[in-house]
Amino acid sequence: MKTHIELFIAFFRSGILGFGGGPSAIPLVHKEVVTTFKWMNDDEFSDVLALGNTLPGPINTKMAGYIGYRVAGVPGMINAVLSSIVPSILMMIVLLTMLASFKDQPWVEGMTKGVIPVVVVMMAVLTWDFFKKSNKGLGWKISLIILSLSFIFIEIIHVHPGIIIAILLVYALLKPSKTKQEEAKKKVGAN
Amino acid sequence: MIYWELFLAFFIPGILGYGGGPASIPLIEYEVVARYKWMSVEQFSEVLALGNALPGPIATKMAGYIGYEVAGIFGAIVGVFATVAPSLILMIALLGLLYKFKESPKVKRMTALVRPTIAILLGALTYRFLESSYLGAGVWHTAFLIVVSFLLLEKWKVHPAFVIIGGLGYGAVFLS
Repeated sequence: MKTHIELFIAFFRSGILGFGGGPSAIPLVHKEVVTTFKWMNDDEFSDVLALGNTLPGPINTKMAGYIGYRVAGVPGMINAVLSSIVPSILMMIVLLTMLASFKDQPWVEGMTKGVIPVVVVMMAVLTWDFFKKSNKGLGWKISLIILSLSFIFIEIIHVHPGIIIAILLVYALLKPSKTKQEEAKKKVGAN
Repeated sequence: MIYWELFLAFFIPGILGYGGGPASIPLIEYEVVARYKWMSVEQFSEVLALGNALPGPIATKMAGYIGYEVAGIFGAIVGVFATVAPSLILMIALLGLLYKFKESPKVKRMTALVRPTIAILLGALTYRFLESSYLGAGVWHTAFLIVVSFLLLEKWKVHPAFVIIGGLGYGAVFLS
């Protein structure tokens, strides 16, 4: 029972203090898991983080679920995931439902209009982030090719974005790695 | 039927959203606005703005609220479950295997190759929000709010929650 209360405290605290989406809560999760409750050491934590990053889906819930599972089995997993997401979901539902009940008031309509430009800026910054990262990770040539192809297929031909992403993922898995090719070349050279 | 649609609408972005919650936002928008038409672009941007102003992971807040809007409490549960469970189950089930391939260039390349596509999706979503702001609030209010919130967020590093509250307040006074 004590473990479950601790799990609840750890993931409730890091969930409710993590503004700006999952990744911003990672240092908070680290503090609870490594410093406060000592369930893992630094190395184990960074392994879990690295593994979490290789899989799709929100990072925060993967971390909470796995750490909860390690500490207290399946009930621990459920406890940790719920503690990190339920409080913020409830806040969201309550606030938006309150807003919706005043929907026909002109000031509520004004609020909606006033907040969209702020979202535009946030999304533009996030877009720029992904653009920069893709140039860094792939080089600007390949990055530009994938950018243009994605634009044509998704925005002009209206293919479901999931299909494009799935094709890219399969391509990444099937294409032989450069290092292997180089190794093969070396072997040929040695022979 | 509606629960099945909700499950699919959040399962697909959850399983394709490489790079954490924010990467799945445009995918969620595609399902919710374009495919199932549960919300308009304006409603979606309002949910996104409030989601950004509140703490906690963004993808699960979106799934929880939209699920609730579409089909009540059970809808919220289905939306959140579809977002969280598949990748979490994968993580626990594949842990040993993943551990071995953590440094594999293929796994790293998967994240890298998907990024330009996510950038396009995010860019297109930004454009749709911009268009809806131009139609709703007009050129001058839109331009003013964009410049001010850009300076606040990026130059002076003001917390997004305050900027969003500011935008809501400005709208309540000047745009009603």
